[in-house]
Amino acid sequence: MNAPVLSVRDLKVEFPTRRGTLTAVDGVSFDIMPGEVLGVVGESGAGKSLTGTAIIGLIEPPGRIAGGELRLAGARIDHLSHQAMRRIRGKRIGMVFQDPLTSLNPLYRIGDQLIETITAHVSLSGAAARRRALALLSEVGIPAPETRIHNYPYQFSGGMRQRVVLALALAAEPELIIADEPTTALDVSVQAQIIALLRKLCRQRGAAVMLITHDMGVIAETADRVAVMYAGRIVEIGPLHDVIKSPLHPYTKGLVGSIPTLDFDNDRLVQIPGAMPRLTAIPGGCPFHPRCAAVFARCVVERPELKPEGRSRVACWLYHDAPAEAVQ
Amino acid sequence: MIAYILRSLAQAIVVMLAVALIAFAMFRFVGDPIATMVGQEASVAERGEIAERLGLNDPVVVQFGRFVLGIARGEFGMSYRQGRPVAELLAERLPATVELAVLSSAMALALGVALGIYAAINRRGILANAAMALSLIGVSLPTFLIGIGLIYLFAVELRWLPSFGRGEVVKFGWWSTGLLTDSGRKSLIMPALTLGFYQLTLIMRLVRAEMLEALRSDYVKFARARGIPERSIRFRHALRNTMIPVTTIAGLQLGSVVAFAIVTESVFQWPGLGALFVQAVQFVDIPVMAAYLMFVALVFVTVNLAVDLLYFVLDPRLRGNGPAFAR
Amino acid sequence: MHEPLASAERLSARLRRWWDSDIAWSYRHSPVAIAASAVALILVLAAVFAPWVAPHNPFDASTLNLMEGFSPPGEPSPVTGRVFLFGTDNQGRDVASAILYGSRVSLTVGFASVAFSVALGVMLGLVSGYLGGRLDGLIMRIADIQLSFPAILIALLVFGVARGLIEPAYHEQAAIGVLIVAIGLSHWAQYARTVRGSTLVERNKDYVLAARVMGRSSFAIMRQHVLPNVIGPVLVIATINLALAIIEEATLSFLGVGVPPTQPSLGTLIRVGQQFLFSGEWWILFYPALALILLALSINLIGDWLRDALNPKLR
Repeated sequence: MNAPVLSVRDLKVEFPTRRGTLTAVDGVSFDIMPGEVLGVVGESGAGKSLTGTAIIGLIEPPGRIAGGELRLAGARIDHLSHQAMRRIRGKRIGMVFQDPLTSLNPLYRIGDQLIETITAHVSLSGAAARRRALALLSEVGIPAPETRIHNYPYQFSGGMRQRVVLALALAAEPELIIADEPTTALDVSVQAQIIALLRKLCRQRGAAVMLITHDMGVIAETADRVAVMYAGRIVEIGPLHDVIKSPLHPYTKGLVGSIPTLDFDNDRLVQIPGAMPRLTAIPGGCPFHPRCAAVFARCVVERPELKPEGRSRVACWLYHDAPAEAVQ
Repeated sequence: MIAYILRSLAQAIVVMLAVALIAFAMFRFVGDPIATMVGQEASVAERGEIAERLGLNDPVVVQFGRFVLGIARGEFGMSYRQGRPVAELLAERLPATVELAVLSSAMALALGVALGIYAAINRRGILANAAMALSLIGVSLPTFLIGIGLIYLFAVELRWLPSFGRGEVVKFGWWSTGLLTDSGRKSLIMPALTLGFYQLTLIMRLVRAEMLEALRSDYVKFARARGIPERSIRFRHALRNTMIPVTTIAGLQLGSVVAFAIVTESVFQWPGLGALFVQAVQFVDIPVMAAYLMFVALVFVTVNLAVDLLYFVLDPRLRGNGPAFAR
Repeated sequence: MHEPLASAERLSARLRRWWDSDIAWSYRHSPVAIAASAVALILVLAAVFAPWVAPHNPFDASTLNLMEGFSPPGEPSPVTGRVFLFGTDNQGRDVASAILYGSRVSLTVGFASVAFSVALGVMLGLVSGYLGGRLDGLIMRIADIQLSFPAILIALLVFGVARGLIEPAYHEQAAIGVLIVAIGLSHWAQYARTVRGSTLVERNKDYVLAARVMGRSSFAIMRQHVLPNVIGPVLVIATINLALAIIEEATLSFLGVGVPPTQPSLGTLIRVGQQFLFSGEWWILFYPALALILLALSINLIGDWLRDALNPKLR
């Protein structure tokens, strides 16, 4: 049995505000195995991005990691010094963000930005670093890299830019890539290319991927396992096939039902009524209960924990409803 | 690139013409050029004669044209009050203002940028907060009070520096400089500090704000995610991006420092253009007022043009040939 | 008869809602804002009620006694034995009273010129943003050019031109009015720019288009829909500009081209005081200068706090 490359236990991320402390990520636990793609899916505001940001240690004050453990290949990384964390970033954990235009510094050539990243982690001569940069550029599919390496970001189209971003994220050969909505800002026609590229590159390097997105369709094409998040918690996690074909949690059912398919003759896509609760107003008990079609008494008062069900784990009283206690 | 330069030049010319229009309007409709030549007692016939001679009966557009040509040749007319050609007065007073303006701007820029960067990086440091508090007070403190305060401290109490004037100057042709004499240099210190103080606070707050903004941007976040050392992030990434808006705004500021000098020159009795302007306002000496206005506008558009060119060097996007659409 | 009770309840409910609002919360938790507004309020009230609060009227010649001139602050005058809190000037005028009366002039000019700038700037901004086209281009060009020149230059220019246009006999009477217009004209551009920006944003929104379709007049639309959105930023700019206007007036008066000598403002007092600074009677300059600084500083602090409180990004 391989050891997981990333192990998250009971992660809590909090934001102290004027009106009290808001808990944006509330006890999230999961593992990622080397080389696997874990899709993390949910609506905006579920806490997916924050989880990713917390893992790479870039939560901005006043937000902070308020509890839990993060382990990278067995070693704890949640309480490291700035210096130590900086060495991990890029070299062992890479992160890709949503908007390739704003992710790149507009004033520097992409060659310079690549070489800068490479030399920050590996001591190479200028020429060797440049060769590495060129190799990376052709790996991500940039044509004529020798010319393009001198270009500025504005001289690339959106899809090309995201390829450059991937090259930058992979430049120091990290073991884990966190991709936070990597295709949301791109044209639909380019999205598939980028996702395929990401998968191929990580496969080749044996790097694991934490793919964060609200787009169930992207997950369906790429992930090995899926974690569904709602209001800062994981409500279901399991192999892709199981979660998509036989979703357990009512929320997951709704998400899966909202993927347009060519198979069925749907007149209308399934919509989940209501909206994700705001951090200031998270319902008690199971946070999904106000929107749930299958809600019953226990859901309103007690919060369900993630428990195994088949090859997945799910946090829902429908599956773990032990006989009610004598005194309610 | 040529298009960019031509456009900037065209804008500069438009501004100058607009200001010239105002100056001309002042000349023609506020002042009384005839009265200055023949006094209040002239007869109607005499006035008519002079009006004809001065071309005051020609269409306004023609007069404006003549006015602009005259300005271009350096003819600003005669000062109502002093009876001397305005151009002469300007030349006499120009060096004093220029030296003061350049020195105070250089100081304000250097210190302002340095302090601004420092305050952005050490957000919660004591020195940073002190600098910010000082800058807030600086905005609330009128320039003339700063000048008076400095005079009191250094000239009256400590007796280190002279309390007014320019000290001894060395002349080169029509230019005079105070930098070559001891008394000249000493006289420059307080006025330069006073004039530069306001600029300093503005630049410092600007640099700090822009730098903080840059440090919060997405490319900095991505750079951090790649493990780029913090030092590189601050000085290679954030600073470089900060300098673009700072250049524009600081440039605009410095372009009008000549006009800001009005108050400082008055407080220190500095024989420059600003003091000249105040006198002109007091005595409604229209030619001098108009000429000063044109001069300030000229300095402003020149600095603006220089900033536009600098912008071009700093921001590669302006040199652009756009994205090459290869997928 | 439930009406009076109902409206009283509604009022208290509204007050309570306001008290709970973001702005009020921010105010209550900002010691700087509270302190600054307290200081400003004291100064303003003292100035407004000067005739009743001031120990003497420094501009009524009959109450002056030359022998009391140059009295140091807090010490009894050698001749008459009266004690003046901040001392007296060369003519025996009580500096404290002079400050109170002088503040009146400074504040009057300050508030009036800001009102002028706001009215002019907001109006031009609305017109420019809503009507667009060449008029918009023209107004904005003028605003841009004006924003690059220091306000003091523009104020001086306007003042000088006005002086040339108005006959000398009326100079003194018109001085305050001209001053207000001069300072007002030097500050309108910022309001125009901001309001124009907001107008452009609102103008294309659906509810405005709907109103236009229904035939409402442009003026009514702008007043009802655009104005409320614009009040916040305008208020911030106005507050900071108030401090600037007061300083500008002081500067102009200090230079001798501001208020006439018969209605001295704080700037005039400083100008007078400067003569005696170097001969040892420091208080004639010091206290008016202090009053000016406190006034400008407190207003600036309030403006700063207001800007942060109204900034949606910082909430």
